Amino acid sequence: MFQVRIHGRGGQGVVTAAELLAQAAFDESRFAQAFPSFGSERTGAPVVAFARIADTEIRVREPIMSPDAVIIQDSTLLKQVDVFSGLKKDGFALINSTRTFDQLGIADIAGSNPHFITVPATAMAMQYLGRPVPNAVLLGAFAALTKSISLHSVTDAINEKFKPKVAASNVAAATAAYEYVLEMVAAHA
Amino acid sequence: MLRQVEGSKAVADTVAACRPQVICAYPISPQTHIVEGLSQLVKNSSLLGCEFINVESEFAAMSVAIGASATGARTYTATASQGLLYMVEAVYNASGLGLPIVMTVANRAIGAPINIWNDHSDSMSQRDSGWIQLYAETNQEAADLHVQAFKIAEELSLPVMVCMDGFILTHAYERVDVPDQDQVDRYLPPFTPRQVLDPTDPLSIGAMVGPEAFTEVKYMSHMKNLQALDVIAQAGDDFTAIFNRDSGGLLRGYKLAGAETVIIALGSVLGTIKDVVDEMRADGLPIGVLGIIAFRPFPFELLRNMLSGAKRVVVLEKAFQLGIGGIVIENVRTSLRGTTTKDFNVIAGLGGRPITKASLRSYFDKAHYDNVADLTFLDLDQQLADHEIAREAGN
Repeated sequence: MFQVRIHGRGGQGVVTAAELLAQAAFDESRFAQAFPSFGSERTGAPVVAFARIADTEIRVREPIMSPDAVIIQDSTLLKQVDVFSGLKKDGFALINSTRTFDQLGIADIAGSNPHFITVPATAMAMQYLGRPVPNAVLLGAFAALTKSISLHSVTDAINEKFKPKVAASNVAAATAAYEYVLEMVAAHA
Repeated sequence: MLRQVEGSKAVADTVAACRPQVICAYPISPQTHIVEGLSQLVKNSSLLGCEFINVESEFAAMSVAIGASATGARTYTATASQGLLYMVEAVYNASGLGLPIVMTVANRAIGAPINIWNDHSDSMSQRDSGWIQLYAETNQEAADLHVQAFKIAEELSLPVMVCMDGFILTHAYERVDVPDQDQVDRYLPPFTPRQVLDPTDPLSIGAMVGPEAFTEVKYMSHMKNLQALDVIAQAGDDFTAIFNRDSGGLLRGYKLAGAETVIIALGSVLGTIKDVVDEMRADGLPIGVLGIIAFRPFPFELLRNMLSGAKRVVVLEKAFQLGIGGIVIENVRTSLRGTTTKDFNVIAGLGGRPITKASLRSYFDKAHYDNVADLTFLDLDQQLADHEIAREAGN
């Protein structure tokens, strides 16, 4: 089972991101579960959503406390929430930021882990969508980083979830983020 | 059709496939997505022949549901928590009048203190209301139970509550084989009411009954509730025959063969419990699970038979009686009267506290060796509670 925790702020589409991930896994004929952290969500407030992907039926209903991957949609949360709590050894971390690990103040945890990566997802969202909504963009990056889901399934899920025009720009943005991460990983290899 | 879908949406689409004629509900978290989904289906003409009635409160919602059902309309509503409490007077009238209303309870805690998260305090407060209560383990079962609920309700002329864990199920986005229209139509015939309120052929229902007959009326209701056990079991079997999956029924056992310790619970926590039980079985511990689907009426005899090999039972519940302890366990004890089976009670998940595999494993490991108290509050911060109790006492 592959477990993902997504941190963001109300309005960034955190719950939608978890649902897209589950939809993508479903499109690969796998089992998936997505659920929010059930708070009283408000715009701008820290929000958490979870997704599980497995090849067999998922029965467990506890929150994800030891994720295989975390997606951080807003890097200002790094100072506010323990977003890496319980992250598995060599777990994946995908952070929406244009800054370095040093500038983000996470060099100690990120430096030794090759699975930590920053992606300028908000900038990409602005470029392709004209709106600062990084959720679908980050899922393209997530597919490239973790290989736990294919880009094709992610774009399928986007096409199923959004209306055609919004879907097309999100697919373009997610694909760009996917390629960006592949290049970054290749450059570090 | 197999879909990756939010639990609330799966239930809304399934209820729509049951062809309700009147839906009347007042929104309250975590039930909201269900009635929003249904209102959209009515508005965009996907659900034809159905009137969606907006009201000002839950009390009005149940009152309208009673009126609609009495005129012979297949009637649905949904609520949770304080909303359920607000409609209580009418809830008892629905069952007393024998009206086959189906209501989803998206289980949520009751205040004070105010809390929007999941536990079973709301529906458990209505355990003596005369409604049938069915508890869903998964969103698949939540959807399926609604189809069965209309069948059971209309066959018995009794209202049915389908209880699904708020947020944990209603807001979970997972794989559900949403019942197809043609399958539902094969399973659920059009509603043929036994009597209807009709201005052209007037009659009275709910007339006053005095001391000379009230006991007899209540006894008849009691007998009808007992009869419901067979109808619920049959509805589950009939469902399997058409839909090719096991959903509903009275009780569901898991790894009961050879189980010395049996965990009894209701609702979505059963999934987490089964994962823990698998791990314990792998470690050689003889442990099993008994899930309660039908809590009202309570299947005393079947439960006793299914527990015949158990040395001890652990009853895990998400609600309790202040100053007393668990609710479900009292029914389990009645079932087991005269046996030597020990029982332990664990209260968990109150007000949405996550029930984790680690906490369950730790508790079950001790319970298997009778090394737990009769009543345990899972993950209680004992130090904090004791400190506050002492402070309030002025020490």
